[in-house]
Amino acid sequence: MKKPNLAAELCGIASPNPFWLASGPPTNSAYQVRRAFEAGWGGVVWKTLGHEPIVNVSSRYGAIDYDGRKVVGLNNIELITDRTLEENLREIREVKREFPDHAVVVSLMVESNREAWHDIVKQTEDTGCDGLELNFGCPHGMSERGMGSAVGQVPEYAKMITEWVKEVAQTPVLVKLTPNVTDVRRIGRAAAEGGADGLSLINTINSIMGVDLDTLHPQPHVAGRGSHGGYCGPAVKPIALNMVQEIAADPAISVPISGIGGIQAWQDAIEFMLLGAGNVQVCTAVMHYGFRIVEHLISGLEGWMREKSFAQLSDFVGHTVHAVGDWADLDLGYKVIAEIDQNTCIHCGLCYIACEDGAHQSIRKTEVPEAEFIAELEALSANGAPPKTAASTLQVSGGTRVLAGAGAGIVNRYEIKQESCVGCNLCSLVCPVNDCISMIEVPSSIPSMSWREYKDRLERGEVEPIEPPAHV
Amino acid sequence: MTDKTRLSADQLAHNFADLHPAYDRDEAVVEASRCLYCYDAPCTRACPTHIDVPRFIRQIQHDNPMGAAETIFAENIFGGSCARACPTEVLCEGACVDRTLLKEPVRIGRLQRYATDHAMENDLRFFEPGPDTGKRVAIIGAGPAGLACAHELRKAGHAVTVYEARDVPGGLNTLGIAAYKITTEFALQEVQPILEMGVDIRYDTPVDGVMLETLRRDYDAVFVGVGLGETARLGIEGEDLDGVWEALDFIFQTHTGSLSECRVGRNVVVIGAGNTAIDVATEAARLGAEQVTIVYRRTAHEMSAFAYEYELAKADAVQFLWQVQPLRFVGENGRLAGLALQRVQQNGNGRTATVTPLEGSDFDLPCDMAIKALGQTSLLDLLTNVDGLSVENGRLQIDAQTGATGAPGVFSGGDCLSKGAEIVDAVQEGKIAAAGINDYLS
Repeated sequence: MKKPNLAAELCGIASPNPFWLASGPPTNSAYQVRRAFEAGWGGVVWKTLGHEPIVNVSSRYGAIDYDGRKVVGLNNIELITDRTLEENLREIREVKREFPDHAVVVSLMVESNREAWHDIVKQTEDTGCDGLELNFGCPHGMSERGMGSAVGQVPEYAKMITEWVKEVAQTPVLVKLTPNVTDVRRIGRAAAEGGADGLSLINTINSIMGVDLDTLHPQPHVAGRGSHGGYCGPAVKPIALNMVQEIAADPAISVPISGIGGIQAWQDAIEFMLLGAGNVQVCTAVMHYGFRIVEHLISGLEGWMREKSFAQLSDFVGHTVHAVGDWADLDLGYKVIAEIDQNTCIHCGLCYIACEDGAHQSIRKTEVPEAEFIAELEALSANGAPPKTAASTLQVSGGTRVLAGAGAGIVNRYEIKQESCVGCNLCSLVCPVNDCISMIEVPSSIPSMSWREYKDRLERGEVEPIEPPAHV
Repeated sequence: MTDKTRLSADQLAHNFADLHPAYDRDEAVVEASRCLYCYDAPCTRACPTHIDVPRFIRQIQHDNPMGAAETIFAENIFGGSCARACPTEVLCEGACVDRTLLKEPVRIGRLQRYATDHAMENDLRFFEPGPDTGKRVAIIGAGPAGLACAHELRKAGHAVTVYEARDVPGGLNTLGIAAYKITTEFALQEVQPILEMGVDIRYDTPVDGVMLETLRRDYDAVFVGVGLGETARLGIEGEDLDGVWEALDFIFQTHTGSLSECRVGRNVVVIGAGNTAIDVATEAARLGAEQVTIVYRRTAHEMSAFAYEYELAKADAVQFLWQVQPLRFVGENGRLAGLALQRVQQNGNGRTATVTPLEGSDFDLPCDMAIKALGQTSLLDLLTNVDGLSVENGRLQIDAQTGATGAPGVFSGGDCLSKGAEIVDAVQEGKIAAAGINDYLS
């Protein structure tokens, strides 16, 4: 099969692939952007320019680790570029000349003043860059000076500044949205009304990363004091996906979306695109592992597109947007229940305790004597059945028989109580074995109908009230 | 007299260094993160003392090694020794579900060591004596069973006096395990918290039948944890020759003096293929024996040494001669010069299968040291005059739920029940008996 075409186009900005670097520390200089393009990135959004270089503090980043994995979430209190406007503009011009086929978009943030915006837009576009991204999102530092999310949280300001920019801009203008609002669509609509050619989201989320339990300082800290920082990294992805879908599904917004928020693997990128993003931007994963990760993003996307027979990005972008909607429209007559594959079960008991304490008490635990369990295994394999996974661990050492999953002569067997399983997924989510617990669709006693339809039919006396499930 | 080791102190220190170096914090946290935190965990059930393994591993993972140590010691006050010497492959790690999922168990023993080392290095104490009950218990034998029992009884507030035949506490845990697994210093350090609970311990005080009767009169209960006696005799010619050793004497020397003073032959034969035989053979190799051979009547399949121990011996270049039995020790000028062996044929499989000598298959295996590792004899002579006690096949009979013997107020646990088991078994039996005594006294 032909290699899929990864070329991306977002509001008129072309790039050889949909992987851009988001505005941030990795796009602070020509040195870094050159390395990024050489590594394979399709585009960059240059770290936010202002009229005057800012002064940063030390330290700046904080991270959360989860059970041994580092940097599941990252936050920062670093401000926009700390280099002069002239230096940045000169480097942008050089890089764009060297990489004419790559997307070079420049992030901007200046005070809320029409002339100031006009000036920086003109100076920036003079470099030959491909587009602008208005930073209405940074939640820290700059917002205290009336910029960043201070603008992005007020629809009227967002619209007004977008209009100022569009008065002079010659290249496409993206507006980057902050997630630190109750309804991201209101800001998205305002930006679109102001003339934005596209929206990028999400920017970082207000956060405190933690408190050091020795010093009792907030994290990260500057001489013992902290400040609310912008949170990003893999942990924020579901929040970002939700907001991207909300914007993509909004009938009042029709501009393209650049998806941002915790993208680390190719699967993450595709999920953003299925929910409406025309391309994606990455920052934290590069801060963690370097520019080289783009190779895996490209190869994973290509492989998936081949497998699904997609020739170009437009074949699937937005595919899943309208599969998300109101709860009230979900089918009450659809029913799944869990099924545990006894052959691959390792007897860890995690499904059981999750269901027992955290869900609907629908897993049965039976203590099977080890000898009986082994006899069953032997009988199964005598019948030509595939050997049970745990059986491969059976061994004899010093005359002692050892079987993984057995202790004190007992193996616990876990089985779904089909009559009471509500099909919540929890057991299948916590099971450490791939494909051991699957959710099987089964006939339901409830006819296919949404909650809305149910309420109507109930009112009309066409259906009986649905019985609540049995509880322990 | 067998010659001293010819290895330098440096070489000996290297050979007897920790079998598994201790984890540092990062290693421990990464290893701990492999634990699935099973519910009703197979590892905990497989541990004779039922240490809550998932809990202590999660405590390590979440940077709470002190809590992890408390979890361990709450069930097993010899948790540090067990972390080093337990046959984890047939206990907790053998049961670990990661053996199925990842083909590699969580290294529970090494994690246990990380937590218990933390407690030792920081001199942490977790337990206090209970309020005085006015009851007094005598414990015979300061091995793991006796001291575990003493510890539990002190927690319950009973006064405890321990009578110990040797001049050190800890029994075989201190003296009888290969020094590269448990050092003497460590073993002595680990019993300190037990002694600090207010245990009155009388060293160099062997107990005989007469004294046992006195103890029964003077105390409200007696725990018998005397362990076992000397190695069983082969009853063959030349058994008293210079150069013929008992396994425990050979191991004792690595604990009671410096390694440089240890005696070892150039050509060592070990008779028997249990876990003690492996300890002896590997230590002989590490002390500088040029050749070490284990001789065993049956095959590798029947030997009682665990697979992991077998691997240790092979890694130390120990040779194995299967299906041979000793006929006599061969002397030369009063010193051992060889072991006469005869090939045998095994009739069937398993440890109960009989063997038949093969006529004309005799041969001499030259050696200047032969170490008998054939299991120990019973020490239960002191019990023969006590009414109600029952000894079968050299094993004292007890009620498994309470540790009670047939004689009122006499309880027991440890190797004298089993003909030699693991430290962890002795600890559990001590705990069970302590609970039995507590019930008996209240």
